[in-house]
Amino acid sequence: MADSSGTFEKTAEVVDGVTIDVVRGGAGKTLLYLHSVDGVDAALPFLGELTDLFEVVAPWHPGFGASEWPREFRTIGDLAFFYLELIRALEIEDAVLVGASFGGWLAAEIAIRSHDAISHLVLVDPLGIKVGGREDRDIADVFAISQDELTRLAYHEPSQRTRDYSAMSDDQRLAIARSREAYAYFGWRPYMHDPSLRRWLRRLRLPTLVAWGASDGIVSPDYGRAYAAEIPGARFELIEAAGHYPHVEQPERLAALVRDLAGAPAPIPTAATEA
Amino acid sequence: MRVYHFSEQAYHAAWEIETDSLRVTLPNRHCDPQVASRIINERLDEWVLCDELGLDIMVNEHHSTATCLSPSAGIPLAMLARQTKRARLLGLGFAVALRRDPVWLAEELAYIDVVSGGRLDIGLPKGAPYEISPTNANPVRIGERGADAHDLLLKALSHQDGPFSWESEWYDYRQVNIWPRPWQQPHPPIFVTGGSPGTARSTGERGHVLVTILGGWNAQKLYDVYRTRALEVGRPFPGIDRFGYCALMGVGETEEEGHRRLYDIAGYFRTTSTVGEAFMNPPGYMPPVANAEWLKRNQTRGRAGQHFPATTRDGRKLAIGSGAGSGLGVTAQDMVDAAIGFAGTPDQVYEQIVAFIANSGGVGNLMIMGQGGELSHAETEANLSLFAREVLPRLQELDQSEWVAQAQERVEGAMRATATA
Repeated sequence: MADSSGTFEKTAEVVDGVTIDVVRGGAGKTLLYLHSVDGVDAALPFLGELTDLFEVVAPWHPGFGASEWPREFRTIGDLAFFYLELIRALEIEDAVLVGASFGGWLAAEIAIRSHDAISHLVLVDPLGIKVGGREDRDIADVFAISQDELTRLAYHEPSQRTRDYSAMSDDQRLAIARSREAYAYFGWRPYMHDPSLRRWLRRLRLPTLVAWGASDGIVSPDYGRAYAAEIPGARFELIEAAGHYPHVEQPERLAALVRDLAGAPAPIPTAATEA
Repeated sequence: MRVYHFSEQAYHAAWEIETDSLRVTLPNRHCDPQVASRIINERLDEWVLCDELGLDIMVNEHHSTATCLSPSAGIPLAMLARQTKRARLLGLGFAVALRRDPVWLAEELAYIDVVSGGRLDIGLPKGAPYEISPTNANPVRIGERGADAHDLLLKALSHQDGPFSWESEWYDYRQVNIWPRPWQQPHPPIFVTGGSPGTARSTGERGHVLVTILGGWNAQKLYDVYRTRALEVGRPFPGIDRFGYCALMGVGETEEEGHRRLYDIAGYFRTTSTVGEAFMNPPGYMPPVANAEWLKRNQTRGRAGQHFPATTRDGRKLAIGSGAGSGLGVTAQDMVDAAIGFAGTPDQVYEQIVAFIANSGGVGNLMIMGQGGELSHAETEANLSLFAREVLPRLQELDQSEWVAQAQERVEGAMRATATA
């Protein structure tokens, strides 16, 4: 599959014995992108902003999209070890690791285990830790609300985010259904977090950016600030006019922040007034 | 044949509340404990009456809902084990895949079986989608977890040689050795609720009792899947005791009275599917292929109304079970036509049941919902008493061998045709 500009290509690859789809595009320093439940496709406009400086590698996680799901992959930690094997198999070195939402959680789980091959870390509205008290609902229960309510919480401009599934191909619909199932499986209990992760975030001794959509109704910017505070020297950036998915609503702004952290200097545009 | 009486023990006072979900999210401040006490005690009294009337007893469980006040089938059964003398005690069922501790459940079941002198029947449903959130059970791979829980539960009930260990993908135990062990050997009968060919097939493979709840005329197809699978794995052709069917039942001295009772009981339909859309279809509860089909209709969540695909024998779909207030236009006769209810005079009810059983190829366990919705305690007692006096004796004498023979011919013929194709 290629996007409209023909920048990206998707191929099925066998990594550590697991057949997964990998989307690639651009040239330069490696940027490994870890998607959320919305898949790689939703991030293509954002990733497309970076192909002049980076070789983008965006795998579909095991169990998501059309990627195989080995049944022994039971926890987010299993996915993290799989990605460390992927990094070795693809000979990735000195890479920027970018993860959004569930992918941000996964990026953190990978990096606390080893960031030898990672030069910079970018977490975009990541899930994965518990910051409040036992009666604080840190992360909205996305499985207990209507689709309309979920869209309202997830986007700064929800009215523009209604999707017409009927117009998609059978393969696309199946990919979405598989992604939602895997997302639920890995995040059901404890809900979208790993009780151990917060303690080990201090192991992240690399330049790290925690970027947060100012209008995120799934996990608040305060949660993001608490997340960043656990990572030595991490920078926290609020992205205006974006909800839980800044890579969808502010792709240029987010790409500029990534460049600013890891690439050649480039002017950071102000937030778009219209999403 | 056996006839079990079933009620959901609904808190029908809540049905007046304007809400899009009677399940999971309705605040329990709407529950008046004194009203709940009256409702529960009336239902328990009705089950005690069943023991005297010659009817058997079926209870169930749901969680966080005004539609069913029983949080564990074992609790009413434990009380009824002491208060009754002869009735079978069916819990249909125990949502074992949603429980965190199947061994603890085995202990409770054995206790009930021992107290009742071996009258327990164990029902194992998959667990409804709206039970997922209240129990925080992972919906993904629930079928596999349920199968593992089933195996563990049966081993815990039947193993007599000291502690065994169980380290599966789903459960971890090092010393399983329950006391007491059950009265019935090797374990009480197992009933499985099934509305899909997959469940019918796995139940046929295991040889348990397959119970179809409100599936109407679709039952024949499901029973045939069971029968086929039983033969494929080398079991004898299943007898009528391997099949159960659950439907609403209103009987009266006149047809009008029976229809009125059925219509009141059908308040069950008009409320049970009043569920917030998020709770109707959690991810993983259905396979991805099925969810992809729903997406084709731009449906990302569940939708009330697909709860009961009630269809009359001539193919007319009933608008029932599609949220608050729906189904009010569906008449008792419509429900009778769809075989989701039996209603009228004792003669009519008997004939409707016989027609259904004949079509199904023999059914040895009938579960009647003799109370439901807002049907009062007095009306329920009258309903059950009349049924027990006028209908039950005829059903107990019913010879079903001719219909079983027809089913066997149909199933074996289809298997031969498949084999030669």
